[in-house]
Amino acid sequence: METIHEIAAEKPWSGIIRAGQTLRIEDTYGQQANDTLFYNAHDHGERYSSQDTLRAQGAAYVTTGTAIMSSQGRVMLRVTADTSGRHDTSAGCCSCESNTVRFGHDTRYQHACRENFILELARHGMTKRDIVANLNFFMNVPISPNGAMTVDDGISSPGDHLELVAEMDVLCVISNCPQINNPCNGFDPTPIRVLIRD
Amino acid sequence: MHTHRTPDQIATDRQRYLDFQRQGMEFTPKALPQPTPRPAPDVATDDVRLQETVPGGWYTTLNLNTGETLRLAPGAGGSAVSLAAWSVRDPSERLCLPDTIKLQWTTDLTKGRVIFSDMGRVMLSITQDSSGAHDALTGGSTPETVAQLGEPALRNTRDNMVLAAARMGLDKRDIPALLNLFAPVRVDAQGGFAWRPAMLARGDWVELRAEMDLFVALSNCRHPLDPEAGKVPPDLSVTCLHPVPVPDDDLCRTATAEAQRGFENNDRLKGAL
Repeated sequence: METIHEIAAEKPWSGIIRAGQTLRIEDTYGQQANDTLFYNAHDHGERYSSQDTLRAQGAAYVTTGTAIMSSQGRVMLRVTADTSGRHDTSAGCCSCESNTVRFGHDTRYQHACRENFILELARHGMTKRDIVANLNFFMNVPISPNGAMTVDDGISSPGDHLELVAEMDVLCVISNCPQINNPCNGFDPTPIRVLIRD
Repeated sequence: MHTHRTPDQIATDRQRYLDFQRQGMEFTPKALPQPTPRPAPDVATDDVRLQETVPGGWYTTLNLNTGETLRLAPGAGGSAVSLAAWSVRDPSERLCLPDTIKLQWTTDLTKGRVIFSDMGRVMLSITQDSSGAHDALTGGSTPETVAQLGEPALRNTRDNMVLAAARMGLDKRDIPALLNLFAPVRVDAQGGFAWRPAMLARGDWVELRAEMDLFVALSNCRHPLDPEAGKVPPDLSVTCLHPVPVPDDDLCRTATAEAQRGFENNDRLKGAL
């Protein structure tokens, strides 16, 4: 059994991945950031924790072998395949408000990932308070030993994908990032594809 | 059918980004000051609103009003201090470390930097800092990390934060990614985490100035990457200082274009909206 979900540029999506199922995210056009959150499908209060994920693996980026950890110290999913190589979970999602700080007040009225998250979470009875530091699949944010941090050109090519196997029933919420002020989408947001299979 | 943006649009936005990037990564760091000397100077009794000693392993909460300064000084032997903060006006506005580091082009949060909320506003200014040894990436101790050390009875930051949040009617859903002060975690060239104890010294301290009315939670537990993580930490000295006038050329308000725009967002809230 496999379901396929095409996510248009700049749009959100959500779906359930049952324990044992595989979530595959394809960067159809390449260099397209996917801001992603996970919640325990049966207790939304248990959710993805970027800090627990990074500390548990002792490394600053997400790739094959990363255990996606919850806010209660449990493994939610494991990354089992990754043709791109390195994904961010430190830089969070873009918002209208943070855009004003980063790129000037004239960017306030541009669509942003947090707008997508708020609308998609509302469908599941959640609000802004439920948005935590998220995963950014296919987003390249190198952090230097001196602390310097920047969003650089994406390293994913058209068709690159990663696969995650769920270890609990999870709600996955994705914002297909609409940002046009930095290189996380090659300044040209594009569609992505999500597959869920047994 | 997907419609791409034009090459001209892409080129224009790329150049604009490169200009922001050059300013944020090349020019700003050179303008920031050296760390504050150790130890913290004494303060006059009249300047202190409250003084508290948090035992090793424990937490505390406090309301920090706009303009007040929070001074934190771990006892001899050192400990990390995990911090969370919420706006009293609307607790869904809270500490946002991803924005804090992304907006300032650095994970190196030290004197002259600011701490942002998820609403593009400045919550706290780092007005004094002796070490620059703070961690925004790896979180605090948990029941699992202390159990792995064979010390399951040790108090831990995750539980402390649930208990602290309850003091404002908040719960586990409301706990953001935590700032770990006095935790010298750095990303090495291979992308792993390194613990750099030489960044810390006896007498370390920080001062954080509230830029909005805040509810603050502090957890006095050792960081899970600390080689001494299995030991009970020393007491933490917490001092809340009365507001003092902020000059127009205040370091934290003027050091970066991003902080200036953040403070403009603070001002916007005080105005019509």
